[in-house]
Amino acid sequence: MSFAPQVPSAPENTKTLINDFSVEVATVNGSGSQTANNVLMRAIFQMGVPVSGKNLFPSNIAGLPTWFQIRANHRGYAARKHDVDLMICMNAETAREDVAKLKPQALCLYDEPLKLNALRTDLNFFPVPFQQLVAASCPEPKLQKLVKNMIYVGVTARMLGIDMEEVRKAISRQLKGKQKAIELNSGAAQAGFDWADQNIQDQDRLQIIRDNKTEGQLIVDGNSACALGAMFAGVTVVAWYPITPSSSLVETLAEYAKEYRIDPVSGKTNVAIVQMEDELASAGVIIGAGWAGARSMTATSGPGISLMSEFIGLAYFAECPSVFVDVTRMGPSTGLPTRTSQGDIEMCAKCSHGDTYHICLYPGNMEECFQFTYEAFDLAERYQTPVFVVTDLDLGMQNWATKPFTYPEAKFDRGKVLDEQQLKEIQDWGRYKDVDGDGICYRTVAGTPGGKGAYFTRGTGHSVHALYSEKPEDWKSNIDRLRRKFDTARTSVPAPILLSSGSKRGLLAYGSSDSAVTEAIDLLSEVHGKQVDYLRVRALPFTEAVEAFLDQMDVVYVVDQNRDGQMANLLREFFPERSGKIRKVLHYDSTAINAQTLVDQINDFEK
Amino acid sequence: MTASTASTPSTTPAVPTNKLGLTKQDYVGAKSTLCAGCGHDAITAQIIQSAWEMNIKPHMVAKLSGIGCSSKTPTYFLNQAWGFNSVHGRAAAVCTGVTLANRELTNVIASGDGDSMSIGMGQLVHMIRRNVPVVYILEDNGVYGLTKGQFSATADIGSVLKKGDVNELPPIDPCTLAMEMGCGFVARSFSGNPKQLNTILKAAFAHKGTALIDVISPCVTFNNHEGSTRSYKVTKDKEMPLQELGFVPYYELDQVEIPAGEAREVAFPDGSRLTIRALREDYNPMDRFGAMRDIHEAQAAGEFLTGILYLHPDRPTLHDYVHMIDQPLAQVSQEAVKPGPEVLRACMEELM
Repeated sequence: MSFAPQVPSAPENTKTLINDFSVEVATVNGSGSQTANNVLMRAIFQMGVPVSGKNLFPSNIAGLPTWFQIRANHRGYAARKHDVDLMICMNAETAREDVAKLKPQALCLYDEPLKLNALRTDLNFFPVPFQQLVAASCPEPKLQKLVKNMIYVGVTARMLGIDMEEVRKAISRQLKGKQKAIELNSGAAQAGFDWADQNIQDQDRLQIIRDNKTEGQLIVDGNSACALGAMFAGVTVVAWYPITPSSSLVETLAEYAKEYRIDPVSGKTNVAIVQMEDELASAGVIIGAGWAGARSMTATSGPGISLMSEFIGLAYFAECPSVFVDVTRMGPSTGLPTRTSQGDIEMCAKCSHGDTYHICLYPGNMEECFQFTYEAFDLAERYQTPVFVVTDLDLGMQNWATKPFTYPEAKFDRGKVLDEQQLKEIQDWGRYKDVDGDGICYRTVAGTPGGKGAYFTRGTGHSVHALYSEKPEDWKSNIDRLRRKFDTARTSVPAPILLSSGSKRGLLAYGSSDSAVTEAIDLLSEVHGKQVDYLRVRALPFTEAVEAFLDQMDVVYVVDQNRDGQMANLLREFFPERSGKIRKVLHYDSTAINAQTLVDQINDFEK
Repeated sequence: MTASTASTPSTTPAVPTNKLGLTKQDYVGAKSTLCAGCGHDAITAQIIQSAWEMNIKPHMVAKLSGIGCSSKTPTYFLNQAWGFNSVHGRAAAVCTGVTLANRELTNVIASGDGDSMSIGMGQLVHMIRRNVPVVYILEDNGVYGLTKGQFSATADIGSVLKKGDVNELPPIDPCTLAMEMGCGFVARSFSGNPKQLNTILKAAFAHKGTALIDVISPCVTFNNHEGSTRSYKVTKDKEMPLQELGFVPYYELDQVEIPAGEAREVAFPDGSRLTIRALREDYNPMDRFGAMRDIHEAQAAGEFLTGILYLHPDRPTLHDYVHMIDQPLAQVSQEAVKPGPEVLRACMEELM
C-alpha cells in the first residue's frame, strides 16, 4: 500500500500527521458555517489531498448545534474518523463536551471568550479573538455573523499549511458570481490567515502538503449523482413529496432539467416534475405514468416508502415499471431524520402486503449512485416492476470526492412492449402469458392503435389474458411466475465486487459501508495480521457470486448499519443452509460508520 | 335533443355508426356483475352512449378506478380502452401519472362516495386543484356496497340503514367541495335521469380539465328501503333539475341553428357548445359563490338540485402548469430525453 509518512520514533500522539487527520468544526445550525466548511474541504481537495466531509446536523432550521467533520487521508479513506485531531469550537453550548471528547495532544482552536484552555492541560489550545477580527474585516454589523466562520478557515489554512490561493479559489467557486460576497469572504479568510501568521506559533502535529491524488476528481453528493443518473436515463415523469434526506435529489434534478431537458423548439420541458400532496399520491402518479409508457420515478425516505407500500404492492402485482429512490434515514417513525441509516433494507426488499420481492440496487459510491439510478430505469422497464435504489443520508447528502462519471452509451432497454404491427402478427396475445419462460410477459401501453392491445390492469387476481379470476390455479401460477421473474433478474442486476486475499474469512457489506470497510480491511491486515476477503453486494436478487462467496468462506461477517442485521437476515432467508456462517457486524448509533468499530467487532468474534 | 344525435353514414344503413365508423357495440364492455337494478349500470349505459356519440377513440381512453362497486364498472364499458382498477381512493393519482405520460388520452374515472369522499378525498381535491384532464364520475349512493352496507361520508343526517342504524354525521357534498377547489366543471345528476346524464357526460368529454359529475345512484341492495334518504323513490321525488340542457358537438355546429337569446351558451375548446335553458331563473352556473349559496339553500330546503352546477371551462390544466411539451412524454425519443456526453462532461466540470 501507499506510504504513510510518520516520524517512527515519536510516541503515537505526537507524530506529525501529514495529509492524514480529521478536523471537526462545531457550530450553530443556520450560522452560515456550511459555506465555510465546504470552502475548507475544497481547499484541501485542491491541494491534491483526498478528503471527505460529513455534516452532522440537527433536524432544525437554526439554533441547534451542528458539527462538520473534514477528513484528509492520503490513502483515500473517506469514512468518518473516530478521533478528532483538530477541533474548532465555535459553539459555546457544546464547547465543553467537544473538548472533553478529544484525545490527548489534539489541537483545539476556539473562540477566545470561551476560555476553553482552562478545561484540560493535555491539549494544544489556540484561542482566536473572532469578534475583533470580524469587526476589523467587515464593517457592516449585519454581515459580520455571516463571515465570522470564514475567519476560522483562514486561521486553519495558516495552521495546516493550506495555500491561501486555494482558499480564494474555493470561495469564488462556492459563491459563484456573487462578487461582493466573494470579496467579503475572501477578506475575512485573509484576515484570519494574517492574524494566525502573526499570533499563532507554528505547530508540527498536523500538516497538509501538496499532493496530486485528487487530479481529475470532483466533489459531489449522492443525491446529485442520482439526479444526474435519472436525467441521463431519460426520466419523463417525477412525482415526489419533500422528505429529508431525499428532497435535494428532486430539487437538483429539477435544476438540471431546466438546463438540459428543455425542448429547443417550444422551450417547454420533456420531464414533468410534480410535487404531490403526499407520498401515497407520488407512488400513484409514477405507477400510472409507468403503466402508460413513461419512465417514472420518485425519491423519498423510509416513512415515505411506508406510505407508498400499498401502491408498491399494486405495481408489483399489476407489473408497472417505476423507480423508487430511498435515501434512508434513522427510523422507525420520524426517528432521527437527519442521521444516516441502512434501516430500510428489508422493507424495500419485501415492500407491501402479500408475497413480494423487489429488485433493489445498493450503490456504494458516487459513480454507482449515478450508474445505478440510470440502470434502475432499464431494469424497471425490462422487468415491468418497481425497482428500488437504496442509498442513505451518508451517500445522499454528504460530500464525496470521485472520478467523473462515465457516460452510459447503451441504448435504453424499454423491455417487452408490443406495438400495433407486432400485435397484428400475434395470434393469441395475453398480457400475463410467459411466452419466453423468463417470467417476463409482453405488455402494451395505452394509446396503441389497432384494437388488439387493450387490456384491463387490476390488483385483483387475473388470468394470463388479464381477465378477473379467482381460480386457484390462475392465482398460483401468476404469483409463481412473478417469483420466476424476480429470479431472472439475477442475470441483469449489478454483480457483487470481490476483493480477494485468498483467505477463508469473509466480509460482506453494501452501500455506504464500503469506505469504512476498505479501511477496516487494511487495519485488520496491517495492525492485526488478519487477512479478509471482501464481497460488496450491489443488488437484490443475490447473484450466484454471492452464493459462491458464502460457500467458499468459513465465516462471513455481514456489515449492516441497522440494529437487526437486515442484510444478514436477507442472506439467511435466501441461503438458509449457509446461515451458520453468518455473523452480524453492526453500527447503528446514528453516526456515520467508522472503520474501528468494524475491526473491534470482528476481533471480538475471534477472541 | 336532436342536436346531439350522431348522423348516420349512408354506407351502413343497418347498424348506426358514429363519425369513426364505430357502432355502439364497439363501446360496450363485459357483462356487469353488479346487483340487478343497480343505478351504476344505468350510468355505465350513458358512458357508453355518450362516448359513442362524442366519437371518442376507444384505444385513446384510459378508464381508471379505485376500489368498490362503482370502481368495478370500467370493466363494463369500452372494452377496447385501457383499464386500470387501482387502489382504494387513489385513481386520481394514477390518472395524474397517466395524463403526464400521455396527454393525448381521454381519461375517465369511475369512483364512488366511499372511494372519493373518505379514503380518497385528499387525492381528489388535489387532482381538482391541478385541473387534471378527466371525466370523474362519482357514483354516489350513500353507502359502502361491496362491504355490505356501512354509511359513507355522503349519507344524509337521519338516513337509516337497513339494520336500523341512523346516520348522525353531516354529509360531505362532493359538488360544493369541488366548487370550493375551483373545479371548472361541476355537475350533479341522477342515474334515473338518463337524458340529462347523457348531455352532461358529453359536455364533460368536451371539457379540457377536471369534470366532476356527482351522480346519485341508489344502491338497490343496501340503501333503497323505507327510511333511506337515497332510495330511488326519494331521489326521484326530490330531484329538481336546474336546467334543460342541450349539447351541440363541434362537428354539428353548422347543421344546427342555435336560437339566440333563449338559453345561456357555453363554448368548449373543441368548439362544442352546451346550451343551458334555466328552469330556475335565478341560478347562474357561471357564478361560483352565488351557485354555492343556492345549492346550500336548496339542501336546507330538502331539494336535490341536478344539472350543471358550475362551469369555468378556461382554467389552465395540469399540462399548462407543468409547462410540458405537446408530444406525449411516453413517446419522446431517446435522443430527445438523453442528453449527450458533452452535457455530462459539462456537469462534471462544474463540480471539479
